[in-house]
Amino acid sequence: MVDAAKKILVLYAHPSQERSEINKPLFRATQQQEHVTAVDLYAEYPTFRINIDKEQQRLRDHDVIVFMFPLYWYSTPAILKEWQDLVLEYNFAYGANGNALEGKTFLCAISAGGSETAYQADGYNHFTLRELLHPLEQTASLTGMTYLAPFALFCARSAFDENRVHSHIEDWLRILSALSNNTLDIALGKSLEKLNENLNILIRD
Amino acid sequence: MTAYFIQAFIYLAAAVIAVPLAKRLGLGSVLGYLIAGVVIGPIAGLVGNETSTLQHFAEFGVVMMLFLVGLELEPRMLWNMRHKLIGLGGLQVGLSTLVVMGIAFAFGFNWSIALTIGMIFSLSSTAIVLQTFNEKNLTKTEGGKNAFSVLLFQDIAVIPMLALIPLLALPELIEKAQSAAATAAEHHEQMSLVAGLPGWAYGIVVLSAIAIVVVGGNYLSRPLFRYVASSNLREIFTATALMLVIGIAALMSLVGLSPALGTFLAGVVLANSEFRHELESVIEPFKGLLLGLFFITVGAGIDFDVLASNIGPVMAMTLGVILIKATVLLLLAMIFKIKNSDRWLFALSLAQAGEFGFVLLSYTVQNHVIPVDLAQILSLVVAISMFLTPGLFILFDKVILPRYEQTENMREPDVIDEKGTVIIAGVGRFGQIVNRLLVTNGFKTVVLDHEAQQVENLRKINTKSFYGDATQPDLLHTAGIAEAKMLVIAIDNPDRAVELTEYIKHTYPNVIILARAFDRSNLYRLRKAGADFMVSETFHSALQLGKHALTHLGVHPFKAEQQRAIFFETEMAHKDTLYESWKQVTGDDKHLVHYRDMFIQLEETLSAAMKDERYRSFSRMERGWTPPPKENDTAFSKSETD
Repeated sequence: MVDAAKKILVLYAHPSQERSEINKPLFRATQQQEHVTAVDLYAEYPTFRINIDKEQQRLRDHDVIVFMFPLYWYSTPAILKEWQDLVLEYNFAYGANGNALEGKTFLCAISAGGSETAYQADGYNHFTLRELLHPLEQTASLTGMTYLAPFALFCARSAFDENRVHSHIEDWLRILSALSNNTLDIALGKSLEKLNENLNILIRD
Repeated sequence: MTAYFIQAFIYLAAAVIAVPLAKRLGLGSVLGYLIAGVVIGPIAGLVGNETSTLQHFAEFGVVMMLFLVGLELEPRMLWNMRHKLIGLGGLQVGLSTLVVMGIAFAFGFNWSIALTIGMIFSLSSTAIVLQTFNEKNLTKTEGGKNAFSVLLFQDIAVIPMLALIPLLALPELIEKAQSAAATAAEHHEQMSLVAGLPGWAYGIVVLSAIAIVVVGGNYLSRPLFRYVASSNLREIFTATALMLVIGIAALMSLVGLSPALGTFLAGVVLANSEFRHELESVIEPFKGLLLGLFFITVGAGIDFDVLASNIGPVMAMTLGVILIKATVLLLLAMIFKIKNSDRWLFALSLAQAGEFGFVLLSYTVQNHVIPVDLAQILSLVVAISMFLTPGLFILFDKVILPRYEQTENMREPDVIDEKGTVIIAGVGRFGQIVNRLLVTNGFKTVVLDHEAQQVENLRKINTKSFYGDATQPDLLHTAGIAEAKMLVIAIDNPDRAVELTEYIKHTYPNVIILARAFDRSNLYRLRKAGADFMVSETFHSALQLGKHALTHLGVHPFKAEQQRAIFFETEMAHKDTLYESWKQVTGDDKHLVHYRDMFIQLEETLSAAMKDERYRSFSRMERGWTPPPKENDTAFSKSETD
């Protein structure tokens, strides 16, 4: 029996899109994909009035949840934090009857300004990207979701000029389709430092 | 008198029958008028003798058209166009004149006649081309814009041509004319201020006439229009506009200049005026009718006898002229890097001879440059080439455009120009805030208001605004509603706002309408009329004030803002059901009661939504930043939730 394609929800948060060189094209490409629901949170909630019921229903309707954002102060942009505070309610995402997210897969698609070497114990950010995302990893764990390593682009400020954006988008689309076809090695994806380390091993053909 | 009525009826009836028919067949209105003229003139013989008299009258349509063209051109825009105007336009007129002159010379014409023929055929038909561009929405294309600058240069070039032609007079023709004039009484003497003046005095008179137009237009027109506008009588405004155009035309004729150029100049001077759009909308119908009349007389004036006996040469010359002009234009399009289908549009649209050709021809005959029989043949060439123009546009539409569309579709899509014009109807206390937000964000707005004082105030703070009644369709048309992206309706009269919405949605369904409503029922009526977005004028500001009231009563500011937002969201959630039940209110009590019930229900929902139950029970109604309940949860330590 062939598995039904998994449905992916991408929650995209970028507060200054007119400046975006990476996330915006990445999001545009994501919008074109099959089995993907791509939501621009700042467009949908310009006043931060998040519709909790609508967001919870969206979560129920999808198998893979993705946060797509540029790293702001080692964390998500404000609206994604607001989204977590409001949507991941007691008895929905956690608590006695809160099991709506159990068994789903969660990951982040991130761009970071610093170089990969800066995100090391001896680099000037002192922590790896994966370590800095521990709050999200723990949120996934508490809500019963499988946490995958982040899909990340470093040195984001120079990526466009160095022509790295196109290949980054290509990699991302491969991951999206592997996630929906269930051809991604989940165990390996959980253990990596970042998801786009070695795609040819990570994705089974 | 009876004869005039009958003639006028024949002309109008011919237009009424032929023009809609031609448009339906995709031929454009110009060809419709021309055909109507041919039918009532040479074919049916209903009209004839008065055609040339009428043509003089109808030439006034050309004068008005140039006034309108001038109104469209602000002096700054004209200055920005100067390279294309002089480069493209100058080369077109120069090269076409030279080539035609060369060929005429080769056929054995006297050089002065050859030069005159060259000049006559270098001109194209502003009337046909602009009219067709408008009808086919080609005005904003690259080909259309370039064609326009060439046409403009041609219209200006007519002045020096009119000055040059008398110098080319042939002695033998003058002699003939003089002997004829000796027998006829001199009742043809035209009124003139400059007859018999010495050269220097003539120069001074001409310059002062131009100065009167420029200075008067700049300094006197505004007080005049404001005075007239304050009377709130639209017909007097119309009379003023006509008076202005006719007055300038008369002044220019008196000093021996082209009336068309005079009114064009006046138009440019008035292009910055806040009364511009109202002027345009008032003159437009006159221009349309007179131009139509002009085309009919062209059709009616075709002399089939002369045509029949010269059919070979006339057709050869017509095709030759079109071919030569198209070739010259194509060459220029290549030099000036006009690409793809625009190149062909540019070349084909301007390949005919124009109505100024008739003007020049009659002028050359008067000035004894070209013999009458030759002029008759040449005017047939001009007329027939104008006749063929719609055919050239059809060639462009059906043959050339499809080819380029295929290849152009292969290219990367162009960056979409998102900044379409926004028209703001009504710039009182509401509309001007909308306008300021849009303008400071770099969007182009056209602002209309029927209070001259309001417009004046806005002008003082450098907001571009125009006087006029925004509910007049023709004013909206000249303000560019056909190309506008959006219309913001902020006029004070609720009924007219609804009518305006209905009209726009019916005529220009693509224009987005944002409307300010006076109250709830006005809002529903606007919605029913098809407005895309409505807002009650006091709703948001009242909510804002209410929020401040809550804050001053001790509610935490963030909480007060939340309550405001919940109030708004609850209203929005009910707007559709309330609207539907409003639509059923037909006057009978049953539906009215239903509507009232719906409203009461909204109030109940509102107060329920406003209630804070956070610490009483853990309710699903109450959302947002909710901690887990204080008891009965073991998954969390107390310290995390408090």
